[in-house]
Amino acid sequence: MAVPFYVSPDQIMQDKAEYARKGIAKGRSIVAVEYVDGLLLMAENPSASLNKISEIYDRIAFAGVGKYSEFENLRKAGIRYADLKGYSYSRQDVTTKSLANAYSETIGTIFTRDPKPLEVEILVVEVGETPAQNEMYHVSFDGTITDRRQFAVIGGQADRIRTYLQEHYRTDLPLAEALALSRQSLLAGYERPPAEESALEIGLLERGRVGRKFYRMTQAEAARAMAATNNGS
Amino acid sequence: MAGDRQATEGFEVSSRRIEKVYKADDYSVIAMAGAAGPCLEMIKLFQVEMEHYHKIEGETLALDGKANKLAQMVKQNLPAAFQGLIVIPIFAGYDLRLQQGRIFKYDVTGGRYEELQFYATGSGGKEARSTLKKFFKADMSREAALALAIEALVDAADIDVGTSGPDLIRGIYPVVKMVTCHGVTDVSNDELRPLSERLIAALQG
Repeated sequence: MAVPFYVSPDQIMQDKAEYARKGIAKGRSIVAVEYVDGLLLMAENPSASLNKISEIYDRIAFAGVGKYSEFENLRKAGIRYADLKGYSYSRQDVTTKSLANAYSETIGTIFTRDPKPLEVEILVVEVGETPAQNEMYHVSFDGTITDRRQFAVIGGQADRIRTYLQEHYRTDLPLAEALALSRQSLLAGYERPPAEESALEIGLLERGRVGRKFYRMTQAEAARAMAATNNGS
Repeated sequence: MAGDRQATEGFEVSSRRIEKVYKADDYSVIAMAGAAGPCLEMIKLFQVEMEHYHKIEGETLALDGKANKLAQMVKQNLPAAFQGLIVIPIFAGYDLRLQQGRIFKYDVTGGRYEELQFYATGSGGKEARSTLKKFFKADMSREAALALAIEALVDAADIDVGTSGPDLIRGIYPVVKMVTCHGVTDVSNDELRPLSERLIAALQG
């Protein structure tokens, strides 16, 4: 019987992580930023129909980078999980923490068991009744889960964007300023500024909304909001 | 869409405040007659289905799609209906593609039929339909339509023991929802109270 070559678990995990990182690095980044009346998610996305940002439940939104088909499957699974839970128990029993943990478990299991890891990174965010109750979870390609405050970044250029946000973020930003900051931070992700800006996909979780808090903002609306405060450009 | 508030258990009133009309999604409303438990369960599931589809696909179902989905759910209830647990919905909404309001009625087998002007169902449905038939006009104002819906319920309650009219003593009024091209809105008790008082005063003759 042929004995397979021994490869140390260290090596296997390293190779998988490198593979996943490479896949994720190819795509653009997404930022999530807390502002005074909620949370905002912003992605550079040339496609108007293949979304990276989505509603999950009343207070919960999702964003994914990496391979579209893979994070799209995760998005749908999340919606199914949340709707089923809300239907069998009650709407307030659908919590972001348990959803993020379910994601972490799924992605982590695939990372260790399957030959090919998922080339995705996701954000699961919730707008709380007060700003202090906001929640943001970042789940990495290996299932590592971290919770964030104020802002969170995923995708290929995350380090540069995070540095920019660390320097420029302040608490209680109004929406228009949070939009401008997010856009500037995405631009800061480039080594050289691009010739023309790519289309933006924006999702908001607005605390003041009745029922489902998610709102998909069009780029025109965002431009108007930013122009109104004069520091948008 | 308007519904009275009474639930009966045999010959007893089991609730004076039950709600029979619900918002299905941003552009449609649903009401049911029959066994209360299965009715409420079906409405709850229907609401979840509409929201789930919207989130998964990123767009809402066409009004025809919603009406067909409901037909399938009624059909699935057929075995229970044979045992007496009947569920008969009315579904109405604003069709964003055709830019008009539409009403759908159902039979116990899941048959789906579109009504062009009005419909009423439940134990007092026939009486309510008579009133609607007599006074319906295609170009009614919002106020006239509201008054006619309440009048139909008052007439139904007059004849049918399973239907209650507006209860002025306890301050219980029908649940009324409006669907327009701007979405679903609830009609407040403040608006229903004077209408109900006028109709009941007319009964005193």
